[in-house]
Amino acid sequence: MTSADFSIVLPEFLLAVYSLAALLFAVYTGKDKVAGLITWTTAGAFFVAAVILATRPAGAHEAFNGMFIDDAFARFAKVGILLAGATVLVMSQDYMKKHDMLKFEYPIIVALSTIGMMVMVSAGDLMALYMGLELMSLALYVIASFRRDSVRSSEAGLKYFVLGSLSSGLLLYGASLTYGFAGTTNFAGILSVVKDGAPLGVLFGLVFMITGMAFKVSAVPFHMWTPDVYEGAPTPVTAFFATAPKLAAMALFARVLHDAFGGISSDWSQVVALIAVASMFLGAIAGIGQTDIKRLMAYSSISHMGFALIGVASGTVGGVQAALIYMAIYVVMNIGTFAFIMTMERDGKPVTEIKALNRYWQVNPTKALAVLFMMFSMAGVPPMVGFFGKLAVLQAAVEANMTWLATAGVIASVIGAFYYLRVVYYMFFGSEVEPLDNTKGGVANAVVLVVGLVMLVGIINLFGVDTMAMTAAEALVR
Amino acid sequence: MDYVLSFIIFLPAVAALVLALFLRGDDEIAQLNAKRLALFATVITFLISLFVIAQFDASDTGFQMVEQAEWIMGLQYKMGVDGISVLFVMLTTFLMPLVIWSTWDMKVRVKEYMIAFLLLETLMLGVFCALDLMLFYVFFEAGLIPMFLIIGIWGGANRIYASFKFFLYTFIGSVLMLVAMIAMYMDAGTTDIVALMAHEFSTDTFSILGVQVVGGMQMLAFLAFFASFAVKMPMWPVHTWLPDAHVQAPTAGSVVLAAILLKMGGYGFLRFSIPMFPVASHMMADVILWMSAIAIVYTSLVALVQSDMKKLIAYSSVAHMGYVTAGIFSLNQQGVDGAIFQMISHGFISGALFLSVGVIYDRMHTREIDAYGGLVNRMPAYALVFMFFTMANVGLPGTSGFVGEFLTLMGMFQANTWVAMIATTGVIFSAAYALWLYRRVVMGELIKESLKTIKDLTPREKWIIAPLVAMTLLLGIYPSLVTDIIGPSVEVLLHNYNAALPTETVAAAVTH
Repeated sequence: MTSADFSIVLPEFLLAVYSLAALLFAVYTGKDKVAGLITWTTAGAFFVAAVILATRPAGAHEAFNGMFIDDAFARFAKVGILLAGATVLVMSQDYMKKHDMLKFEYPIIVALSTIGMMVMVSAGDLMALYMGLELMSLALYVIASFRRDSVRSSEAGLKYFVLGSLSSGLLLYGASLTYGFAGTTNFAGILSVVKDGAPLGVLFGLVFMITGMAFKVSAVPFHMWTPDVYEGAPTPVTAFFATAPKLAAMALFARVLHDAFGGISSDWSQVVALIAVASMFLGAIAGIGQTDIKRLMAYSSISHMGFALIGVASGTVGGVQAALIYMAIYVVMNIGTFAFIMTMERDGKPVTEIKALNRYWQVNPTKALAVLFMMFSMAGVPPMVGFFGKLAVLQAAVEANMTWLATAGVIASVIGAFYYLRVVYYMFFGSEVEPLDNTKGGVANAVVLVVGLVMLVGIINLFGVDTMAMTAAEALVR
Repeated sequence: MDYVLSFIIFLPAVAALVLALFLRGDDEIAQLNAKRLALFATVITFLISLFVIAQFDASDTGFQMVEQAEWIMGLQYKMGVDGISVLFVMLTTFLMPLVIWSTWDMKVRVKEYMIAFLLLETLMLGVFCALDLMLFYVFFEAGLIPMFLIIGIWGGANRIYASFKFFLYTFIGSVLMLVAMIAMYMDAGTTDIVALMAHEFSTDTFSILGVQVVGGMQMLAFLAFFASFAVKMPMWPVHTWLPDAHVQAPTAGSVVLAAILLKMGGYGFLRFSIPMFPVASHMMADVILWMSAIAIVYTSLVALVQSDMKKLIAYSSVAHMGYVTAGIFSLNQQGVDGAIFQMISHGFISGALFLSVGVIYDRMHTREIDAYGGLVNRMPAYALVFMFFTMANVGLPGTSGFVGEFLTLMGMFQANTWVAMIATTGVIFSAAYALWLYRRVVMGELIKESLKTIKDLTPREKWIIAPLVAMTLLLGIYPSLVTDIIGPSVEVLLHNYNAALPTETVAAAVTH
């Protein structure tokens, strides 16, 4: 029995063992001198775990009496999380080294938070959910303030911690209410209780849990922390915040709503839809005035989360599939954009002002073109892949009879298009100023180019993501 | 020859890719090579497209040369042409080599400029050939990107404002269409345009937030498509992006914008609005006819007071597009035939007019009408060409402009006599602004010091204009060349439209 359980949690287990071993190894050997090595081995470990998950036979497996579920949905999310984490680690190494932040703790903390995310998306029980969520969050609080000597970084970490704890508290409160009224913490158990109408207490619990999860995906009105944390944290850390945890939190959102509250989708779909609309519009409008590209990306991600939530709100298989496609595309776009932000520097110092991009085209035409593709992709302009993400969620909304939501979404996307165009405008039409350095070589630059290419080539078949997301969604929504 | 459509669509894109990957350097030779390759690619595209028109059978009213393949997310890749679209394909392939050739003196970032135009050609051809709803949308929207860059990078002083306005204006129109497209997909279960034309969308009244929507889903979808195509067309009162975009765009960009991009709106009405939402089209026809009449008169008057030549011609374009929308929504054979004819003819005429403005702009670097006068003294050939196209723009019999205006007016007259009467005054206004412009720029004594050394058309410029003159004359003298091809398809379109209306509305329309 136990061995069967462990074979199911093998990837998480291996990663946990690896993290501890790597920690010991680094402490007793060269400390920060081996940080580069550890970064690579961690990325390698992520990759191995992703391969194990991707090659698993189809079907759902449960471990520890349903506490932990390993189904196609969880595998899709986990592979996405692991690959995103590995890419961010590898591409941030040059930046960390250059700015004297390459500490061996960094990859290990990232690995720990990744384990948290994996547990989270596999949770089949409120306890497992909370465990995963807290493991992820605690690790994230630490790396937000990773640059200890910087006031802004510390501020970002503190802010994130305080607001994060509040949201965890709300989530816990919701979970305890749910437990109190449903009599079980198991998702399947909750599902059978709410099958014929949920008791009022469970509904209260549901709302509190939605609040907690909305905080983690930084959806309005629980988004306040995002711009400050994005701006304050070191860029590679921001890149990580913007990708893997978002994917994990969105998957958790879908998991809880469908696995535990699937029978009462009419009760939560309006709430989620409202959060989605608010996020899309706030992200689109508040981004317009930003002058710092990291803050801009924060608002952009708030808006993107709104779009992904449309998929969740529609409460159908198509909706979950759309949310997963959207998140996959979102993660790729953000990895590319943050890789680019990492390479933005003038006289060797990192620059995050949007204005600094003036005439970037003349500095490095190829990279400028790749970023152009990413920006149009984020704006949802075909033929870039970002459009197909939008198309998927809009389809889901219309299918679920929420055409109003789709209409609101497209209007928000036009408003948001303005700031993506603005980046393009600075890079291609802007006036002459002191140009940025033409940074060459390194993983980050390669990632920029590859992602730029993916934006365009993806339209041929989306790399099969749509069919994989379909399998995943079918596993979740029964 | 099975894949001839895909071939012409993607040939320019392949040429653009070759330019992007293999052409290095920005010296004189590299620039010339970029231009040569672009010209070569567009000429080859045109020559191959001759096969399309040769192969095209006008008596067959279905889609021809159809290609079909599976694509992602339940969508498909499907291409084909019918009598309505084939001439737009020809117009595009015919004009692009001339556009490329007209940029021969270009010095700034030539390679990128060529790439942008080649990609634009691919996307425009894709719009006219796509037979899948989403595929159409992809091409339709993607065209914004190269045009945004063309205006933004190579445009005039106020290019930033113009490029943003162009992009956001057309983007908001199109996204509403996207929602309607998705709703249609969910309703009909397919994105195939041919199947959607046969699908009957519900017209049952329902209410949204207490507001009764007469015409039901058809009406909502029609309005969403209308939002997109009316902006693209552009129709009054959403035309304001066009003068800005035209004035700021480089000459070649203006030519493409006026000659081809604007036609996507009219093409969209014919491809989607009328066949797919016949009842809603019927209900909205009168409103659109009146909007067109206002557009014709209002923008003609606005054109009269312009001091910038390009802006004047841009407003004149809006007025001429008014005839197109009025012709289409007359919903009779003459009106629709005339609308398509007018679009083709306007492609040649407006293209030539923008090229003519480009000719003197290249020499004097100003578009102010006041800066010119008496050009005939030093530029007799130019004066002749400009005269010819001014007359064609006015609609002089013998030029293609006359046929288009006459047919649409005839169609309008049958549909709504008052609208036809008001629209006809537009012909007089157009004579007023066009001839006045001509008098101020070309006629009179040459007194401006700066103009004393201006040179007449170069042989290259003459060769670019010549095909346009030939086509304008040819279509003016022998219009059946166009109407024979579009006639049968239009007939079927209108037949299906009338068949789709409930019987009582047809009876009412007949007695009306």
